[in-house]
Amino acid sequence: MDLKDLYREVVLDHNRSPRNFGRLEPADAEAQGHNPLCGDRLHLTLRLQDERLSDLRFEGQGCAISVASASLMSEAVKGRSRAEIAQLYDEVHAMLTGRLSHPPAHLGKLAALAGVAEFPVRVKCASLCWHTLNAALERANAPVSTE
Amino acid sequence: MSRAVPAQSIQTRPIEAQAGETRTGETRTDEAQAPDSPLDEAQVRADFPILGRLVNGRRLVYLDSAASSQRPRPVLQAVERYESTMHSNVHRGVHSLSQWATEAYEQARERVRRFINARSVREIVFVRGTTEAINLVAHSYARAELGPGDEVLITLLEHHSNIVPWQIVCAATGARLRAVPVLANGELDLAAYHSMLSDRTRLVALAHVSNALGTVLPVQELIRAAHARAVPVLLDGAQAIAHLPVVDVQALDCDFYAFSAHKMYGPTGIGVLYGRESLLAAMPPWQGGGDMIRSVSIEETTYNELPAKFEAGTPNISGAVGLGAAVDYLERLGRERVAAHEQRLLELATSRLASVPHLHLVGTAAHRAAVISFTIDGVHPHDIGTVLDSEGIAVRTGHHCAMPLMQFYGLPATARASFAVYNGADDVERLVAGLQRVRELFG
Repeated sequence: MDLKDLYREVVLDHNRSPRNFGRLEPADAEAQGHNPLCGDRLHLTLRLQDERLSDLRFEGQGCAISVASASLMSEAVKGRSRAEIAQLYDEVHAMLTGRLSHPPAHLGKLAALAGVAEFPVRVKCASLCWHTLNAALERANAPVSTE
Repeated sequence: MSRAVPAQSIQTRPIEAQAGETRTGETRTDEAQAPDSPLDEAQVRADFPILGRLVNGRRLVYLDSAASSQRPRPVLQAVERYESTMHSNVHRGVHSLSQWATEAYEQARERVRRFINARSVREIVFVRGTTEAINLVAHSYARAELGPGDEVLITLLEHHSNIVPWQIVCAATGARLRAVPVLANGELDLAAYHSMLSDRTRLVALAHVSNALGTVLPVQELIRAAHARAVPVLLDGAQAIAHLPVVDVQALDCDFYAFSAHKMYGPTGIGVLYGRESLLAAMPPWQGGGDMIRSVSIEETTYNELPAKFEAGTPNISGAVGLGAAVDYLERLGRERVAAHEQRLLELATSRLASVPHLHLVGTAAHRAAVISFTIDGVHPHDIGTVLDSEGIAVRTGHHCAMPLMQFYGLPATARASFAVYNGADDVERLVAGLQRVRELFG
């Protein structure tokens, strides 16, 4: 287990300076994510235009993996359709749980999270933002739990 | 460090001689030390086989004993000896094994009685652990005592296991659960305690030592005040039993005392509820089954005497044997010597952690057990835990099953280093070095 695999430069950078941090007002949908195990909390707001995710912001507190994952996700999903986001999440989840030997090139910077697969307890940290995004896309306002 | 395994003495003796033996294995710590001499750290560490292993390429530095402590060889040997030479069901058969098993089980009870200075073995109920002990009191004692308008008093620094059982019985009875606040330094707000204790209070349930902060509560004063109003007191002793110089239930004058074996170098799945005999005798059984009965017909059952009345079903016999061996182990080391050792580590760790930039201690009570909760600016405790783990250092990160307390501090989580008899100054230095690495990575 190499710590540098988990905390890659891209991850540390997105943790230090998260992109799309904040809150959209007004927003078309929002959702709360909560990981009770480590106390991570995420609030996500988004706007849709022509069935595409035109903008999103997140705020909250969490470990480096959860913050970096939310930041990287926010860049990756902007402008995409629901179907494209669902497919992207399937691939990210496969990568996080070690089911991809090599992350495909189109995952781009999201591939920086590939090291999470070696740290099974951290998979929930990295996937919290995706669960929250899915909940917001379904316009659910109830808090999401990764438990 | 060499780790010679002592000769397997159990195979060289006649089986008959082992049943009921009080000594559970020979280690070098058997040699009596002068009571005021310091603990022999190398000898103690050698008693714990797991501490010889590497984690992520480094010697394991185990700083999570508040969650569960490791087991010394005498405990492992006692369990193995019981399982391999004596096991049978207890309180049943006329055959030899059953008698030996019963003897081993009941001797463990006597050792626990002596360890906490209870008046009688009838006051020592074996349970699964602290959680089950508290639930037993909540359901067997409190449920019958509570009604609308009554109050159960706890504190803000309780472990969830000393909160949720009271919530459940309060919801069932219409009683109200109240929590005494804590001060910013993690000490209990004593003035608030005295003002919240009232004619409505039916039970007080307190941590002896806080698992999240290490605060040692002034339980004798708190118990006196409760007793002045004829209110019984339960102490959650999970974090106290292996770390305070003495736990004497008669001196404390508590009514119930709960603890787990696995936090005092014994096995998991076994713990103790001490209850004042007059209270236990009046309480109805909590669970029904074998062992807790005297006679059963389809119409009615006559319950067994204490403590069997509260031990329905086949108990965790080997766990009790292991607990008895853990008691012996602690007594051989000397509880005052153990406590003094851990206090020295607490002082050292507190001053060394102060040298780590941007580190904040959470909980700085004047009287603490060797538990240190902390945060580092800009670094989530989860990341601290992962970095330390990569260096072979085990700490706990999270809310420590004390979410109301974390909410009071406005923290989602802390990192917690908890020290035990087998930790030394070298472990403190490894922790400090590990935290420097955290700063390098996230600074």
